Amino acid sequence: MGKGKRKVPGLNQSSTADISFILLIFFLVTTSMDTDSGLPRRLPEWNPDEIEQEMKIKERNVMTVQVNKNNEIHVKNGVVNRVIDISELKDLAKEFIANPDDNPNLPVKEDYDIEGYGVVVTTVKHVISLQTDRTTNYQIYFQVQHELSKAYSELRDAWAKKTFGRPYAQLDDKTEQPIVRGMYSNKISEAEPKQYGTAQ
Amino acid sequence: MPELNTSSLPDLIFTVLFFFMMVTSMRDVEVKVQVKTPTGGSEIEKLERKSLVSHIYIGPPSKQYRAIYGAAPRIQLNEYFAEPDAIREFVISERESMFEKDKPLMKMSLKIDQGVQMGIVTDVKQELRKAKALNIVYSATKDKNEK
Repeated sequence: MGKGKRKVPGLNQSSTADISFILLIFFLVTTSMDTDSGLPRRLPEWNPDEIEQEMKIKERNVMTVQVNKNNEIHVKNGVVNRVIDISELKDLAKEFIANPDDNPNLPVKEDYDIEGYGVVVTTVKHVISLQTDRTTNYQIYFQVQHELSKAYSELRDAWAKKTFGRPYAQLDDKTEQPIVRGMYSNKISEAEPKQYGTAQ
Repeated sequence: MPELNTSSLPDLIFTVLFFFMMVTSMRDVEVKVQVKTPTGGSEIEKLERKSLVSHIYIGPPSKQYRAIYGAAPRIQLNEYFAEPDAIREFVISERESMFEKDKPLMKMSLKIDQGVQMGIVTDVKQELRKAKALNIVYSATKDKNEK
């Protein structure tokens, strides 16, 4: 008995490999899960001559969204000209982009030939001009961008459902999605920030 | 048939584990600015291919760098604080490190703190336009509760 007591039984290590495998897999999964997300945008081409260029766009086709240094959002188009709350922006933008009632103060609707689909009647010439001050808060700017982006997405979704019977995300990204994007193409123009005062 | 001796298997796997832990933490650049990106809803998209994405951080320097760099928002490229005019060089070097066919797909992820003012953001955007890096992403976190 005395001799047997001195001999310590070995710890069963057969599961250590499995435990470390689980740890390894955990690390692999968590590190690859850390993906970046954000709001994609495309900047306009740099053209040094265009800075002083006056764009000749009819007044009814322009919606000006101005975020001033007090982070107030001032919207001006054919029907609205006031300081608004961020929650109103999306619907105002949707009304402006689509002009559902053919309002003569909102963007003109024209025949537009979409490649691969045909002629549609849409507001091709509309422009949303986003203006900021150098001291505007980035978060407000981001929310404005997000709301405008959402306005386009919802219009595209509605049109996609009406035309193809499916929401935009389920359409074919090579053939059908460009058609829907052509119907409501993103026309957000960002001017150089100026030193604006408070909204007029 | 004699059984295979598996007693060294855990050590082997632990080594692999440590290797992965080291590599993944080492690859990330140390972010020297405080960045809390804004939150958004449905419009936030995931960035699929990490190899196409370069990061630009803008925010106030972290506490340990305040004494040297102050508390005003700064731009961080790779591991260094930079001025807006350094962005063009940064874009060129990032573009150089990519495969030829991927170059037009390059994306700049702008990790900008919520509290930053638009002036510095606009300067960066103008430099990116000059450098012809036109695909940008305003980095943000997706708030699942928001519609």
